[in-house]
Amino acid sequence: MNDDVQRFLDRLAERQASRGDEPTWISARRQAGAARFEALGFPHRRVEAWKYTDVRDIARTDFALADDADFSPAAAATLTLPIEAHRLTFVDGVYAPALSDLDALPAGVQVLPLSQALADNHEAVGGPLGRLTGVEFSPFAALNTAFMEEGAVVRLAPRTVVEKPIVLQFLSRDGERQVMSHPRILVEAGGRSEATLIEHHAGEEGAANFTNLVEEIILDRGAILTHYKLQEAPLKDRHVASVQVEQARDSRYTSFNLNLGGGLVRTDLVSDLNGEGAEATFHGLFYGQGRQHVDTHTLVHHNAPHTRSSENYKGILDDRAHGVFNGRVVVKRDSQQIESEQSNANLLLSDRAEIDTKPELEIYADDVKCAHGATTGQLDEEAVYALRARGIDEQTARGLLTLAFAGEVMELVDLDAVAERVELTVAGKLPERFNLAGLVETATALNED
Amino acid sequence: MLEVKDLHVTVEGSEILKGLNLTIGAGEVHAIMGPNGAGKSTLSAVIAGKDGYEVTAGTITFEGRDVLEMEIEERARAGLLLGFQYPVEIPGVKNIYLLKAALNAKREAEGLGEIPAPEFMKLIKEKIAFMKMDASFLQRAVNEGFSGGEKKRNEILQMLVLQPRLAMLDEIDSGLDIDAMKVVAQGVNSLRAEDRGILLVTHYQRLLDYIVPDRVHVLVDGRIVKSGDAELARELEDRGYDWLLEGSEA
Repeated sequence: MNDDVQRFLDRLAERQASRGDEPTWISARRQAGAARFEALGFPHRRVEAWKYTDVRDIARTDFALADDADFSPAAAATLTLPIEAHRLTFVDGVYAPALSDLDALPAGVQVLPLSQALADNHEAVGGPLGRLTGVEFSPFAALNTAFMEEGAVVRLAPRTVVEKPIVLQFLSRDGERQVMSHPRILVEAGGRSEATLIEHHAGEEGAANFTNLVEEIILDRGAILTHYKLQEAPLKDRHVASVQVEQARDSRYTSFNLNLGGGLVRTDLVSDLNGEGAEATFHGLFYGQGRQHVDTHTLVHHNAPHTRSSENYKGILDDRAHGVFNGRVVVKRDSQQIESEQSNANLLLSDRAEIDTKPELEIYADDVKCAHGATTGQLDEEAVYALRARGIDEQTARGLLTLAFAGEVMELVDLDAVAERVELTVAGKLPERFNLAGLVETATALNED
Repeated sequence: MLEVKDLHVTVEGSEILKGLNLTIGAGEVHAIMGPNGAGKSTLSAVIAGKDGYEVTAGTITFEGRDVLEMEIEERARAGLLLGFQYPVEIPGVKNIYLLKAALNAKREAEGLGEIPAPEFMKLIKEKIAFMKMDASFLQRAVNEGFSGGEKKRNEILQMLVLQPRLAMLDEIDSGLDIDAMKVVAQGVNSLRAEDRGILLVTHYQRLLDYIVPDRVHVLVDGRIVKSGDAELARELEDRGYDWLLEGSEA
């Protein structure tokens, strides 16, 4: 075993020593996670799924674990999405009750910190926790399982419709030490329930932490979940997310995976369409600058007939940023009448930016309709000219067109607060003096007028 | 205000303009007419700075400045604005963004600060009403899915907001029905001012019934072969271009 793995296991042992007694099922899962992580080690680039993503920066850093959730309310307020919501906030992975708001949860909805669910040995966690995104999912999921202590549990009783979105906010601090957190999100949506979940990652500019997130989402028959992930973590943060969704008959899962921040970002998003009529829609936007590395691997299992999936990812890469998109679709034998479409369009703003994009279709049935396409290009020079001919300087023209490219994903977003934040963030990533953010605000004001 | 002297321009190796001379003074409306392929659109495109045109000889001076030395956006900010014959669709870029960015760029060049939002909105609302356009159009992407008439109105709207010193309008009448033409002409006429020049490029005399020019030039085979007043346009309507074509070949 190498030193890097040992260092993480040492941290785990320290944490264990300071932790009180736990139910045996929890410590058993923890041990299984640790054992699996120890056996696998960190993924290396010889493994196909990690070919383009080098995680040595994570492996070699000596991360501490945070013990408090202090965060200035004023600073938090500037980061928090301006939206009425049921909200849980975590600071470096630690639950922050002062920045959370769970008053007025409607009947049939449970939203609680994982620490509380574990402490209470809550029925919500006993069965499902680790069933989907288990220790076999990846070395990172195994590591998460070994460390799991905080996160969120969301449970919807059958037929419950939650009007306000549920926001899970993760804030990263610029502290004396680099810290790691292993949050875990468990969503169980009962039959024909309906909700919007917003997962929001942000933080202090100088932060350089590691978030190793695991999510398990179970949608019962006819449940509808819209899942926004707005990842605008500080540019030195590392972010690994392992998400698995299980979909019963007629359920609908819509993902908006919006990755604008983070230095090293890897997302694995998997959906199992297990019942007829189940539908998964993945929208994605990633924007990398500097040396940002943003890797997204998606996987849809069409395990039942009459299931549908569609996927549309857009990437914008500038400077020496590196994007990876791998979209895999597996159609199981005898899963007939499947529809699946996938597209990935990328905009390269610099000669040194790089994108590796790959669709992978594995079809073991014959009555299926699958389409996929990937494009990579530059901005439309005709449009650049048309804008310059109105007096707009070249960089602003290119900025406007870049914003427009991102806009094609964002116009599908129903939540204005999310769409505007993304638009402002993308505009803000453009050279400052051009003040496209001001433009966005004007358009917004005009809209409300 | 604009002086074009002995302008020679080649496109992909073939010479399109072959020694063109043109002077436009402040307060004047000039129309350039001519058969297809004469080089009408080339002239305005070269003045606006579009890529792909090589100036092999001659000069273009605008208010004492050497236009050929200026960047595309500098020309626009100095007040040389071209209304396109085929306005390009720019998916995802809202009209409101284009208008505000363009106006602020011009103000910056003039040493003014950014336009305050309320003032901007008041200005825009007034201009879109004048062009008989719906306010919802501001949130739509530039020219995307616009009809031919809407695109041309949009070009004029940009002129009204940006208030150029010299407005060049390339075939602004093409593809317009009579009602749209009237709105467009009304917009152009509202731009007429003592300190502003207007250059209309058109194939048909029809537009000039609504926007009466001070001077009309006939461009044939890369040169202006005849100039006159508005009467010349009517003569062309009656007689066509052939009599001038023969003259140029002689």
